[in-house]
Amino acid sequence: MNPNLNRLRRSMMFLNAQKPSLIKDPYIYKPDSIMLDLEDAVAENQKDAARYSLYHALKEIDYRGVERVVRINGLETAHWKEDVRVCVAGRCDSIRISKTESAADVLAVQAEMEKAEEEFGVEKGSILLMAALESTKGILNAYEICTASPLLFGVALSGGDYTKDLQTKITGTGVELAGARQSMIIAARAAGKQCFDTVFTNLDDMEGFRKEVEMIKAMGYDGKSIVNPRQIAVTHEVFTPSQKEIIFAEKVVKEVDEKKAKGIGVFTVDGKMIDIAFYPGAVRTINMAKAAGVYEGDL
Amino acid sequence: MEVTSTAMAGTLESSDCQVTVEPGTGIDLSIESSVINQYGKAIKKTILETLERLEVKDAKVTVVDKGALDCTLKARVEGAVFRASGYTEDAICAGKKLPWGGAIQ
Repeated sequence: MNPNLNRLRRSMMFLNAQKPSLIKDPYIYKPDSIMLDLEDAVAENQKDAARYSLYHALKEIDYRGVERVVRINGLETAHWKEDVRVCVAGRCDSIRISKTESAADVLAVQAEMEKAEEEFGVEKGSILLMAALESTKGILNAYEICTASPLLFGVALSGGDYTKDLQTKITGTGVELAGARQSMIIAARAAGKQCFDTVFTNLDDMEGFRKEVEMIKAMGYDGKSIVNPRQIAVTHEVFTPSQKEIIFAEKVVKEVDEKKAKGIGVFTVDGKMIDIAFYPGAVRTINMAKAAGVYEGDL
Repeated sequence: MEVTSTAMAGTLESSDCQVTVEPGTGIDLSIESSVINQYGKAIKKTILETLERLEVKDAKVTVVDKGALDCTLKARVEGAVFRASGYTEDAICAGKKLPWGGAIQ
């Protein structure tokens, strides 16, 4: 299994692959992932130029452990197959499939990726996939998309295109995205995959941004797509367990292990009633804290 | 590769460079850069090595550098040369495969 399948992905920062000033050193902001974009950010007459730029960035820039995801052009375009070739030749970490509407879309990209892996001598399964859901059809098919391939690590909502398809717009209240967000996280969790929220484009409204990140965290999301380095710190703060949460999780894990050995099923920790059902969540909190580099305990 | 038409790649934005390739005889290279005194030799070396890898023997090449890294210089030279040699996006999408990891590296 690819060790990056379930890596920490609190923030995924979009960068135009055609812009050298953006892609030369984004690691200084320490996002968990960068999304090198060959799709919407790149003008139609610069698709070829963006690939040369992407290839050399992937081969020559040390992104210092930041995951390098590439967003390829949609399957309805003529560009995507060469996009896949350059992704594999450059050995990116993951490919983001645009406008995914079905399991067949995921499998089509996977087949093209496998052809390219063969062509460029890249180990099969070393590059992962993720799917962007950007339409009502994509949302309705979220579960079949999530379960289409073991190489697919998660799904992301693309709110702009989705609201166009829904015949509404981004209002800032979140009401227009509520159904999609809920459907996606349920499908992703049922399939054991990660789930990522759409971008928040009003850079002057950091309070609104924080509220949205807190909301999607509460919904169960793993992270958020971001468009500016200013959004990274807030996202990481919200998605990283606090010391209080870590200490409580530690107690739960230790107590459950100890009480289980003694045949006790229900007990209290810090005045709260705890049983085995709390165990997976506590383990997840510890793992998240470890991945975020803030865990100092001994579990 | 044979340069059969004039083509350009890149921009005049900071950290980028604009490369224009035209049909010519031998390699006629001109470089303009704000850091020509510090990095002129290195820029020239990267461009000539890239042209050699692409087997371009005859072309007029004009580079306006705005502080591009090596990887950007290579990408822009390749972009202009491939465009000038018939590798348009339409041709690529129609199945003309680019030599990633071969002439492009």
